[in-house]
Amino acid sequence: MTALIPRRVRSLASLAEALLTPHGMDRYLELVDPMLVRREIRGLVTAVRKQTPDSVTLTVRPSRAWPGFTAGQYVRLQVEIDGVRRTRCYSPCGSQYDGELEFTVKEQGLVSGHLNRAIGVGSVVNLSTPDGSFTLPATRPDRVLLIAGGSGITPVLAMARTLVDEKHPGEIVFVQYSNGPADALYRTELAELAARHPGLRVVHAHTHTEGGELRGFFTPEHLARVAPWFRDAEAYVCGPKPLMDAVREQLGERVHTEEFTPPALTFDTANAEGQVRFKRSGRECANSGKPLLEQAEEAGLSPEHGCRMGICFSCTQLKTAGRVRNAKTGEISGEEDEEIQLCISVPVGDVEIDA
Amino acid sequence: MTGLQDRLTPAQIEEFGRELDALRQRIVDDLGQEDVDYIHTVIKTQRGLEVAGRALLFAGFFPPAWLAGVGALSVAKILDNMEIGHNVMHGQYDWTRDPALSSQRFEWDTVAPAENWRHSHNYIHHTYTNIVDKDRDVGYGILRMDTAQKWHPYYLGNPVYATLLALFFQWGVMLHDLEVENVVKGERSWADNVPVLKKIVRKASRQVGKDYVLFPLLTGPLAPLTFLGNATANLTRNLWAFAIIFCGHFPADVESFTEEETASESRGQWYLRQILGSANISGGPLFHIMSGNLSHQIEHHLFPDIPARRYPQIAGEVRAICEKYGLPYHTGPLRKQLWSVAKKIVKLALPQTSPSPTTVEPDRQLRAA
Ligand code: FES
Repeated sequence: MTALIPRRVRSLASLAEALLTPHGMDRYLELVDPMLVRREIRGLVTAVRKQTPDSVTLTVRPSRAWPGFTAGQYVRLQVEIDGVRRTRCYSPCGSQYDGELEFTVKEQGLVSGHLNRAIGVGSVVNLSTPDGSFTLPATRPDRVLLIAGGSGITPVLAMARTLVDEKHPGEIVFVQYSNGPADALYRTELAELAARHPGLRVVHAHTHTEGGELRGFFTPEHLARVAPWFRDAEAYVCGPKPLMDAVREQLGERVHTEEFTPPALTFDTANAEGQVRFKRSGRECANSGKPLLEQAEEAGLSPEHGCRMGICFSCTQLKTAGRVRNAKTGEISGEEDEEIQLCISVPVGDVEIDA
Repeated sequence: MTGLQDRLTPAQIEEFGRELDALRQRIVDDLGQEDVDYIHTVIKTQRGLEVAGRALLFAGFFPPAWLAGVGALSVAKILDNMEIGHNVMHGQYDWTRDPALSSQRFEWDTVAPAENWRHSHNYIHHTYTNIVDKDRDVGYGILRMDTAQKWHPYYLGNPVYATLLALFFQWGVMLHDLEVENVVKGERSWADNVPVLKKIVRKASRQVGKDYVLFPLLTGPLAPLTFLGNATANLTRNLWAFAIIFCGHFPADVESFTEEETASESRGQWYLRQILGSANISGGPLFHIMSGNLSHQIEHHLFPDIPARRYPQIAGEVRAICEKYGLPYHTGPLRKQLWSVAKKIVKLALPQTSPSPTTVEPDRQLRAA
């Protein structure tokens, strides 16, 4: 990226940084226009539309630092609600070749609710670099099965659109599970996509109403009917866990799912020592060796949280004293006044949390 | 004078602590958009003044432009250090989760690196407020500011050291983190200072680089004028910060404490010490903003991590609580507090016979032992 910036501009930029020390250029640029920042990634909402009553679709133009994404990945999106920055993960559902990002967000929970109600054209959000390994392999499989359930459509749709943009020469079957036609997100877009690309077939499966090509929850027959070649295909599935499990039962290793679950976390509850103190609420309990989020809940608190697996950062709180082990990495950290994710942090001895 | 822990009965001190906790909780629960909007406005103003000040110095050959430039830059530096830097680095805005307002990431426009200062100020000074021999802000390791500090002929220079500290305050704060007096006493090794020193060199050279090399060079033939302008802005900020900070802790009636009497304090007792060890400066809203609301030093010491704009709102209530428990609430206009501090600096240059206010009563300590 930096190679694209001519040398002279780069040295000008570093002169500007030196002149604007200690705050750095971004802190000045953002006062002119929040989209001008160079180090953080911002997104400008350029379009807002409603596909269903309980969801919103946002088109977001990322700022310069956006490195691009691979279809299937997710992004941590941050918005300010009542002065506090809140974070949730969303998968962009456009093609990875689009310059703009598209997010479809179901109205549930704090951040998604806010995106549905309060975000308009011209709003600016913060974005992380994309993450996640739920992606197509570099050599695209000949036969691709894309299966989506409910709002799980977003990463899978990104794959479909990307494959269509690439003029994928093989066969693609896109099965969308929804309660009924009214809940089927991207119905029209999918139809248009199928019309544009002869190799793509879109199948609607309705779990609660008539009218789709398939009826009811996923069964092996569904596959046999719509993609008889399914045993040679690579399948990409995102949706409710039962759906992902059911498909995996059929296809085993050929199934790729959005794995929000990090490698199994291990907790040593037998040898836990020390006291856990929640400073603001004045609660205290003996360390049970479980993640702090659970310990807080057991102590009667209800800290904010999202994924409970260390992804969304909604459970971040200030640790004011003591040491914790990161259950994901095993790393032990005893830094003073440090922000930690409660859901994956296990106390090592006495710990004090500002919660 | 009564010993620190005898000021209130055990039941009173507990109730007193509870009242202050409740007050804090009420504010914490109320934090929101308004607080964020406020600090953003201050930041915008500060950045605007800074850019304007720098720009005006490009026309520094025209005396009114030079003066206006220096004025704008001085105010920008004061706002940066006091209402923004000091307060953000106390964690007052950490709840916003905005990286630009994070206590761990913020860096201010002075030669003292934020990270070193967070240790010496947020941790040492705010935990051991006015405990002689523990709070290194008592006299900054240079001055004699309390009769409990043993007199030595060195202290004859007290007024001179104080003047130098005021003039070069940012450098004083920077060197403060090296704890030279503890190194001399053998309680700290030079090796402990290597990481501190590294940060100092890095930060100070950037600050010096921009104020005294780059900006002057950019103004070409005006370089000497720009250099002088930046130096003046730094000096103004130094004098102002020194005045506000010394008035917050060293007017005559502020008390100091011993390690013994503060050992194993309860929450209520800690609050009590913060009140007795701090002094406010009265004034109008603009004055409070320019002092980073450290004119509400008492409220700040009680609740260092509550956004400073809230201090004026709760000052009346804190004062009422003090009255209720018969505790002093030191406050006065800037000139009165400054005069009191100046007198103390001069008086303590000489060996002292009458003790400055301290809650320590040697007899009682002995009896208790
Ligand atoms: S990171 Fe999502 S709940 Fe902890």
